[in-house]
Amino acid sequence: MSLATELQKNSRTAPPGPGANLAHDDHVTGGSDLAAGGVRPGGLRRLTSAVGALRIGIVEVIAIIVLGLAALAALWPTLLTSVDPLTGNPADRLLPPGAERIFGTDQLGRDVFARTVHGSAQTLSASLAAVLIGVGAGVLIGLLSGFFTGVLDAIFMRTVDVLQAVPGLLLSMAVITALGFGTLNVAVAVGVAAVPSFARLTRAEVIRWRSTEFVRAARADGLSAISVLARHILPQVRGPIGALLALEFGSAVLAVSALSFLGFGAPPPQPEWGLLVSEGRDFLAAAWWMTTFPGLVVAAVVLAANRLSHAVNSEKEFR
Amino acid sequence: MNLRYLASRLAQGLLVLWIAFSLSFFLLYWLPGDPVITMLGAGGELQSFDPAEVARLRAEFHLDQPLIVQYLFALGNLVRLDFGTSIQAGTPVTEAIAAALPSTLALAALALGLALIIGTVIAVTATLTRRPWLRDTLAALPGLGVALPTFWVGLMLLQVFSFRIPLFPAVGTGTPAAIVLPAVTLAIPLSAIIAQVLFRSLQNAWIQPFVTTYTASGYTRLRLLLRQALPVALLPTLTMGGVLFGQALAGSVVVENVFSRQGLGRLAQTAVTGQDIPLVQGIVLFAAAVFVLVNLITDLTYPLLDPRLRAARRKLESTSGNTLAEASDRADGSAGASPAGSTAVTAAAGSTATATGIEGARA
Repeated sequence: MSLATELQKNSRTAPPGPGANLAHDDHVTGGSDLAAGGVRPGGLRRLTSAVGALRIGIVEVIAIIVLGLAALAALWPTLLTSVDPLTGNPADRLLPPGAERIFGTDQLGRDVFARTVHGSAQTLSASLAAVLIGVGAGVLIGLLSGFFTGVLDAIFMRTVDVLQAVPGLLLSMAVITALGFGTLNVAVAVGVAAVPSFARLTRAEVIRWRSTEFVRAARADGLSAISVLARHILPQVRGPIGALLALEFGSAVLAVSALSFLGFGAPPPQPEWGLLVSEGRDFLAAAWWMTTFPGLVVAAVVLAANRLSHAVNSEKEFR
Repeated sequence: MNLRYLASRLAQGLLVLWIAFSLSFFLLYWLPGDPVITMLGAGGELQSFDPAEVARLRAEFHLDQPLIVQYLFALGNLVRLDFGTSIQAGTPVTEAIAAALPSTLALAALALGLALIIGTVIAVTATLTRRPWLRDTLAALPGLGVALPTFWVGLMLLQVFSFRIPLFPAVGTGTPAAIVLPAVTLAIPLSAIIAQVLFRSLQNAWIQPFVTTYTASGYTRLRLLLRQALPVALLPTLTMGGVLFGQALAGSVVVENVFSRQGLGRLAQTAVTGQDIPLVQGIVLFAAAVFVLVNLITDLTYPLLDPRLRAARRKLESTSGNTLAEASDRADGSAGASPAGSTAVTAAAGSTATATGIEGARA
């Protein structure tokens, strides 16, 4: 065991550095830590303490159920509904919500609930892809920029400044102009807009840990910059990023559905949450259910993601 | 006011705008599509275009030149505030933006004013109340406000207040009543941001020593809050100006679509739909310029409003290039926004505080 690892362990009990939020430590890094903790000795104890520390309340349980249902709808839509989302019976057009069709039917007699369930795959996978693009590029930029100060930092951070100066939706629209329409392009566009927050957070965290004893010891050990970043700094940064990840997922769902509402996503026959709301707007006076329910689903998923992010994060703040 | 400081902040702002221009240029002009074919219409069908006409238009937009020459041309035009010509409309981009601006500006100003009132009322009531359930409910409202999709809120308001109860017209720009629903829709996410930041900074102000002193000298809670704590707490909210303006601008894209209003947001949507590259670039640069300008104004007016900063700024200027937003964070004695803010809003607040001068984090 190298000196660096030894020091890193010690630093866990007493977080170093003059950073703003000292309260963050490894016990509360949440989900991402569980995977790593499970294989080590004492992993079970850390796992249970991490779960216990989350102080799961009724709101968090509801949030997890909502996200679970959304994931289920995206992965196995046929479990939730056996109705085909694309074909409808014209005789059943614009039926109000009832026992048989809980979300009602649209102008072509298609079941709105089935369309919402099948639409979750498009919207959620696009949001997930967007967040992954954001976290991938953002963390990479943040790590490099925080660790190698100087020219590289200046270039990256000025670019991030610019990405932040343009409102997210307009930035996404500019990317869509370049790439063209479609769900995948929407995902890329939303991902680009999510890069700045991840880059800034990672950079701030790296700067906080960079001057600690164990990182300097690892450098003195002769470890290359890349392995120091990967083995000693990245694990420390994981926790805060996890909280931001949940939050950005919520914003990504909002952004993806807003862009699909504006007509930049998948073409009409496909069900997509934003598109469903947009299809219903012509029947706003006659069929309120067509816009109300898909929009409520979007709001519920976003609220649930924000709530979970808050639960993970507030534990860190008030510890 | 220190001229050197002003000059350096101006230079920083111009640098951001130049990078914004370069990034958007290479992003947009690196396209596989041909803008001239788009302009000639017919959805890119290559049937009966006169090759001479295509070549003439290419030359007119400098599209026959290498990319770097095009870039230098465009940069030269930009210095003269010429954003190029809209491909779809054929009018200069600056004219198109100027024509669309007043309607959006009225909408954004009304929404921001409304949001400031709603946000302040929520934050003040939540701080002042002694009933836990009311405080918890009010504190949860901002989280709800940022989670609701704007387009959906707009449609719901339309449905209730225009179709069910015909109070306001459903579409149009003309009558004064037509602006009410769009402004309310746009104000909901903005007021959530304001309420969240203000609630936080009120709670910070509430534990300052001066509050104890005033309480001891017999001030009522309401008077103390409104006369003493609120002015202190409003200052950090001021740093949110740039973000709020940006949000209002971005929100106008959705809101103007929902309510069929003319304006900058509608212009942006049609520009993207029609792949009108110069217009898209012009709007993006305009948004960036507004953000930079609002931040600059915030930075310059901050010390006029907060006397503690005048002393701090003098000290800072002599030592390092830190900006006022940094200094104010320190002067307020707040811990500063934690990197992983509890919501997108606080994360945005934290980043605006540092957006103008990232050197601060290194110090």
